[in-house]
Amino acid sequence: MLEIEIDGKKAQVPDGSTVMDAAQQVGVYIPHFCYHKKLSIAANCRMCLVQVEKAPKPLPACATPVTNGMKVFTHSELAVKAQKGVMEFLLINHPLDCPICDQGGECQLQDMAVGYGPMKSRYTEEKHVVFHKSVGPLISMEEMSRCIHCTRCVRFGQEIAGIMELGMANRNMHSEIMTFVGRSVDSELSGNMIDLCPVGALTSKPFRYTARSWELQRRKSISAQDSVGANLVVQVKHDNVMRVLPRENEAVNECWISDKERFSYLSLSSDERLTKPMVKQGGEWKEVDWNVALDYVAHGLKDVSREHGGDALAALAAQNSTVEELYLLAKVMNGLGSGNVDFRPRQLDFTSDATRTGAPWLGMRLADIKELDGVLVVGSFLRKDHPLIAQRLRQAAKKFTKVSLLSVAGDDPLINLHARMTVGPSDLVTSLAAVVKSAAEIKHVALPAGLENVVACENSRKIAQSLIDGDKSAVFLGNVATQSADATQLHLLALELGRLTGATVGFLGEGANTVGAHLAVSTKFGANAREIFEKPRKAYVLMGVEPEFDCGNPQLAVAALKQASLVVFMSAFKHAPALEYADVMLPVSPFTETSGTFVNTEGRAQSFNGVVKPRGDARPAWKLLRVLGNVLNLEGFDYMSSEQVRDEVLGSDVEFVSGLDNDLDGLSIVLPSSSANGLLRIADVPINFADPMARRSPALQQTADSTAPTARMNEATLNMLNLSDKDRVRVKQGTGEAVLVAKLDNGVPAGCVRIAAAHPSTCSLGDMFGTISVERA
Amino acid sequence: MALLGAINPVLTAGLKGDDGWSLKDYVARGGYQQLKRILETKMTQEDLISEVKKSVLRGRGGAGFPTGLKWSFMPRSFPGDKYVVCNTDEGEPGTFKDRDIMRYNPHAVIEGMIIAGYAMGANRGYNYVHGEIWEIYQRFEAALDEARGAGFLGQNILGSGFSFELFAHHGYGAYICGEETALLESIEGKKGQPRFKPPFPASFGLYGKPTTINNTETFASIPFILKMGGEEFLNLGKPNNGGTKLFSVSGHVNRPGNYEIPLGTPFSTLLEMCGGMRGGRKLKAVIPGGSSAPVMPAEVIMDCTMDYDSISKAGSMLGSGAVIVMDETVCMVKALERLSFFYHEESCGQCTPCREGTAWMYKVVHRIENGLGKPDDLDLLNSVLGNIAGRTICALGDAAAFPVQSFIKHFGKEFEYHIENKACLVPKDVQWAGSGFHKIPA
Amino acid sequence: MFSAETLQKFAREVGKYPADQKQSAVMACLAHAQEEKGWLPPEAIEAVADYLGMPAMAAYEVASFYNMYDLKPVGKYKITVCTNLPCALSGGYHAGEYLQKKLGIGYNETTQDGKFTLKEGECMGACGDAPVFIVNNRSMCSHMHPEQIDKLLEECK
Ligand SMILES: Cc1cc2nc3c(=O)[nH]c(=O)nc-3n(C[C@H](O)[C@H](O)[C@H](O)COP(=O)(O)O)c2cc1C
Ligand code: SF4
Ligand code: FES
Repeated sequence: MLEIEIDGKKAQVPDGSTVMDAAQQVGVYIPHFCYHKKLSIAANCRMCLVQVEKAPKPLPACATPVTNGMKVFTHSELAVKAQKGVMEFLLINHPLDCPICDQGGECQLQDMAVGYGPMKSRYTEEKHVVFHKSVGPLISMEEMSRCIHCTRCVRFGQEIAGIMELGMANRNMHSEIMTFVGRSVDSELSGNMIDLCPVGALTSKPFRYTARSWELQRRKSISAQDSVGANLVVQVKHDNVMRVLPRENEAVNECWISDKERFSYLSLSSDERLTKPMVKQGGEWKEVDWNVALDYVAHGLKDVSREHGGDALAALAAQNSTVEELYLLAKVMNGLGSGNVDFRPRQLDFTSDATRTGAPWLGMRLADIKELDGVLVVGSFLRKDHPLIAQRLRQAAKKFTKVSLLSVAGDDPLINLHARMTVGPSDLVTSLAAVVKSAAEIKHVALPAGLENVVACENSRKIAQSLIDGDKSAVFLGNVATQSADATQLHLLALELGRLTGATVGFLGEGANTVGAHLAVSTKFGANAREIFEKPRKAYVLMGVEPEFDCGNPQLAVAALKQASLVVFMSAFKHAPALEYADVMLPVSPFTETSGTFVNTEGRAQSFNGVVKPRGDARPAWKLLRVLGNVLNLEGFDYMSSEQVRDEVLGSDVEFVSGLDNDLDGLSIVLPSSSANGLLRIADVPINFADPMARRSPALQQTADSTAPTARMNEATLNMLNLSDKDRVRVKQGTGEAVLVAKLDNGVPAGCVRIAAAHPSTCSLGDMFGTISVERA
Repeated sequence: MALLGAINPVLTAGLKGDDGWSLKDYVARGGYQQLKRILETKMTQEDLISEVKKSVLRGRGGAGFPTGLKWSFMPRSFPGDKYVVCNTDEGEPGTFKDRDIMRYNPHAVIEGMIIAGYAMGANRGYNYVHGEIWEIYQRFEAALDEARGAGFLGQNILGSGFSFELFAHHGYGAYICGEETALLESIEGKKGQPRFKPPFPASFGLYGKPTTINNTETFASIPFILKMGGEEFLNLGKPNNGGTKLFSVSGHVNRPGNYEIPLGTPFSTLLEMCGGMRGGRKLKAVIPGGSSAPVMPAEVIMDCTMDYDSISKAGSMLGSGAVIVMDETVCMVKALERLSFFYHEESCGQCTPCREGTAWMYKVVHRIENGLGKPDDLDLLNSVLGNIAGRTICALGDAAAFPVQSFIKHFGKEFEYHIENKACLVPKDVQWAGSGFHKIPA
Repeated sequence: MFSAETLQKFAREVGKYPADQKQSAVMACLAHAQEEKGWLPPEAIEAVADYLGMPAMAAYEVASFYNMYDLKPVGKYKITVCTNLPCALSGGYHAGEYLQKKLGIGYNETTQDGKFTLKEGECMGACGDAPVFIVNNRSMCSHMHPEQIDKLLEECK
C-alpha cells in the first residue's frame, strides 16, 4: 500500500495505482476526456494535469503512478492553469454548435468548458473542418469536426470489441477518426463507442435529432435480450422510448450493452405493434374488447380440455418471458389439466429433463469469469449469441485465462484462443469425448465407460491440460450444445470432464430468463416443446414466440399449429404468418411496458418496472393471465402485484435464486455408433433475428449482421456438390425448401452447410442441425 | 565526402570516404578488436559499463544523458528478451552526422551495438534508420551481412557463447520517430506516437521488454572509448563533457559539413574550420543544437565553447550538435515560420497541446510573416507556447516552443516591425541572397 | 496482388522480427508494395495487412502517418524537395521554385504526362549538401543547383 495526499485528503492505495485511481478513491474529481477505467491509458487529452509536489511540470493524473508520500494538488494555480490551457486548445477547433449538437446537455466538453473555458476565444484563425464519414446504420459520424482525438473509440474497438474498425489516420492536426476506406462499423458492440465519445462526434444515428437530453426521463430497466441481463437506462419522452443506454453494473454488464440491446427499442413504435385484442371470426380478423377476447380464450381452452383432455392443450413461451408471466401461464395451463408447458422452442433433446437436479445455469458468477485459468466453450456462436460473455472471455484471455472453443463454425470470436476444434454438429459429442479421454489419460485415472474407442488428438490434450492446470476452470455449454440432438450426451460429457479436471460446468443460457423459466415452470411433467408439435394438439397458447423464427423445427411447429382448432397468440407484435393459423391475438406488453423479473444466467434475480405505459390496449401478460385465471374460475389468481407472483416463485428479496444445479442423476454416456450420413445443416441464429424486437428494428436490420442467410460451405463441400461460390442453390429439408446463394466459407466443417435460422428466407426448412439436400437452382 | 575537418578525430579518424566503409577497411583500422578483447577476456558487464561511465560519454542524440548511467538502468539479470536499439532516425533539422557515420563507418555502429548488447545482456538489436537515407540503409544492411559472415554477429560470436542478432529497420518519413518511444512504436509496426513515461524503456521498451536506446554516434563511440580507455576519452573533451563530437554545420558558412572536434572547442574555431561566413557576411544568429534548440544571437554564441554545459549556461542546448548558421540576410520571422511549420507538420497528433498548439503557433507566425500580424500576437504566442511546453507527452512540444520563445526573445524587434509595418525589416532582395542559388528561369 | 519478388522481400522483412511480432514488418512491406505499385491503393494496404495478420485499419494508420507513403497515385518520378530551414538557407526554396517553373507544376501536383510529381519535404538529414532532393523515396540528390537540376530532369526518362 502507498500513502498519498490529494488536496489535503489522505488515502492508502494499492501499489500500481495512478493518481486518478487515488483521486477517485478519496472522492476528488479530476477533469478528463481520454481516461476511461475500462480502457488502456492513453494520456493524450491532457485534461487531467495536476500539480505534484516536487515535480517541475504538471503531470497527467491518469498516467502518473502514485509514489509513497506523494502530495497532489488538483486545484492549485499551476494545475488549474494547465487545465485551462488544455481546455482552450480543445475548443479552438471545436465547432460552436452546442445548440444543435445531439450531445448538448450531456457533453463532457460542454460541461468542462463552463468550468475551465475562457470567456472569449483568443483563436481567430479559421477552424479546422473534418469531413463527415458514413459507417453504417447505427453510428453517426456526421460531425467529425467535434472530435477531440481522445481515441476512446479506437481503443474500445481494439481492446473491448476485439476488432479494430476505427482508427486515427494521418497525423498532426489532420488526425482523423475513420474506418478503412469508408467501411461500416460492424462490431456487435459498436454502440458503446457512442457512449464513450465524450463529445458529439459519434452519436446514435437512430436517435439523432429526436430529442434533447434534458427532455428525457431516465428509467431503470433490465435487458430482455440475452442471458446476461444487462442493466439498462431507458430514456423516455412522452411515453415513448427514445433511447436505451447501459446502466453500469460491474458484476453484470460492466458498462456495456450489445447493439441488439441498444437499438431494438426502435421496434416498439413499429407499425406491426399489436395494440388491440383481435379475434378471427369466419376467417376475418376483428378488433375486440379485452373481455370479449378473454372470454373467447377461456371458453375455447375449457372446451378443448373438456372434450379432449388436458393433454390436447399446450403452451409455448419465449425464454425472455418474465418469471411472473411464465409462472402464471403454467398455472393457467395446469388449472386446465395440462402439464404441456415449455419455454425451449429450439431444443430437440429433452432426455435430461427427468434426471436434472436443479435449474441449469452458468455454474458461477459472471464476474468470476476473469478469475478462471482455463475455459472450454462447447457449441456456441459465442460473439453473436453472448456478446458480453464473449467480451469477458476476451479480456480474461488477455491476462492469463486459456480459452478454448469446441464448436461447429470457424467464426472468429476475437478472443486470443488457446485451442479450437471446429467439427460438424454430429461430431461434437466425439470431440468432447476426446477431451474427456485426454483428461483421464493426463490424470492417469480410469477411462469413463463408453469412451474406449474415442481417439484423443493434440487439441483435445491441449484443452484437457489447460483445464487441469488451472486452480479454477470451467466448461461452458452454449446454445448449439443445448439445441443439439445430442444435448444430453454433451451435458453428461461436460460433467465428466468437470469431474476429471475440477472444472465447473455451466450453461451460457439461451434467453434473458432461461434460469428463471426453469424455476417458474416444471419441465418434469407433460409434453415438451418438441412433443407438443410432433404429436399435434387441439389448442395452443403461444407467448412471445414466433414459431417460424423461434422454433428449432419451424416446419413441424407451423404444421401442428395449422391443424389446431384454437391458437392463442400472445405478442407485442402482429406477426403476419400467425394471422393465418391463430384464432386470437392478445396484445401483451414488451419488457418496457410491464413489471417483472428475469433471472440471468448466474442466477441473479433482477426485477424491473415498466418504463412507459403500454401502447394502445396492450397489457402486461402477467395481468392478462391473472384475469384469465379468474375468468376460468381457477384457484389462487388474486395477485395484487407482479412482486407477489415473483415472491411466490423465488421467495422475497432474493438477490441470487436457489435451486440451481447442473448435475444429472442417473444417465450414462452413450456415444453414437457412427457419425451421421449425408449433408448436415448448421444453423446459427443471427444476432439481429434472435427475438421479435430485434427483428423489427429498422436500424439493426440494415447492419452487416442482418444480411440475408446464404448456404455457406467449404471448398470441399462445394466441389462435392459440383457448385461454386455465388451459385444459386435449392436447399431441401423435410417438406420445405429454400432458394439461397451458395457461399464459400472454409470455416464450415466438411459435409456441412451453414444456413441461418430465424429468417424469412429459411423458415420453411426443418431442424436446425438436421440433414438437408442442396442442389443447383 | 561531407566530413570536412577535425581536431583530434576519434570516430572519423582515418576514414576514406565511400571507399573505406567495408569490414576489411574497418578491421584494418583496428575494428572489432575491442569486441574480440571483451569476449576473450570475458570482461564483466560491470567493468564494461564502468569504463563507459568513466568516459563521461553523453548521449549524442540530443538530450546529452550520460550513456554509462543509462546502461546501468537495464535490469541485467532480467530473464528473457532484452533489446538494444540504435537511433539513426536523424530528422532534427540541421543534423546530418549520423548519416555520415553510417555511410563511412557503419561497422563502428555495429561493433558498438554488439558491445552494448554484451554489457546489458541483450541478444537482439535494431537500428532504426531515417527513411530518407535509403542508400545508407542499404549500405548498413550490407555491413550487417559482412559482420554476420565474419562471425561478429549472430549465434555464439567468435565461439564465446555470446549471441547477438542485429537488424536494420527503416523509417518512412516521420520526424517524431526520432523520439525514442515513438521509435519503439514504429518498430512494433504502429504509428510513431510517443509513449507516456514512466514506464521507461529500460523496464518497458520494445515489445514491452527492457530496452536501451542510444544514438548512432553514441554507439559508434563505444569501441573507441574501450580502445583508448574511458579516461583518455574524457580528457579529449572537458570535465563532464567527455570526448570529441561531430558537429553538423549548415547554413551561411563557406563549407557546410560535418566536423569532429573535442567538446569545449570555441565556437569561433569551428566557424573558422568551416571557412567562415559565406560571402564574408556578418553572423546574425546560430541555432547550436538542431532546430529544437533556442536560437542564440551572434554575440552570445561567439563567446561560447561547443559543449553541453557552456551552451546550456548561455541559454540554449548543444542537442544533436547541429549548428545552423544564419547571417544578416535572414528574416527571422520567415525563418521561424518555416520551423513552426515543421513542428506543426511533424506533431504526431496524439496529445492536445502539441496537436492544437503547434498549429496555432504556426498560423500566428505565418500571419505575422504575411503582414497580417496583430499587436497582441507576440503576447499570444508566448502564452500559447507556455501552454504547450511541459504539458505534452513527449519533448516535441518543448522543441516546438523553444524556437518561438527564443526568436521572439532575441529578435522581437523584427517581429514587431512586421506587425507594425506589414513588411520585413530585411529588404526582400537582401533576404535569402545568401543562399547562393540565383538562377530562376523566367 | 504482389509479384513473387515483392513477396520474397516481405518474407525477408518478417524474418527480422520475433515470430509473434510480424506487424513490425508493416513499414517495410508497405514500402515494397509501393515500389511495385507506384503508390499504395487501399487493396495493397489491405493485402499487406492480411499478409501480416493485422487489421487493415492499423495498416492504414501506418500508411497515412508516414510521409513517404503515397496514398494517391504519383508521377513516374516523385521529386521531394527539402525546404526546411537549414536547406532553405542554402537555396532549398529557390531550388523548389526552379523545379516548379521548369515543370510547370506546383507542390503536390503531377505533370500532365504523368511523369513528375513534386512534393515539399522535411529535413532529410543531409543539410550540409543543400539543396537536397529525393527521387522516388530512394535516391538522394545533393547540391541541387540549376545545372544539376537540369541534368536530373534530363536523366528522368
Ligand atoms: C522530438 C524528438 C526527436 C528526436 N530525434 C532524435 C533523432 O533524430 N536522433 C536521436 O538520436 N535522438 C533523437 N531524439 C532523442 C531520443 O529521444 C533519445 O533521447 C536518444 O535517441 C537517446 O540516445 P542518446 O542517449 O545516445 O542520445 C529525439 C527526441 C525528441 C523528443
Ligand atoms: S508532444 Fe506532439 S509529438 Fe509528442 S506525443 Fe504529444 S502530439 Fe505527439
Ligand atoms: S534541412 Fe534540408 S536536409 Fe536538412
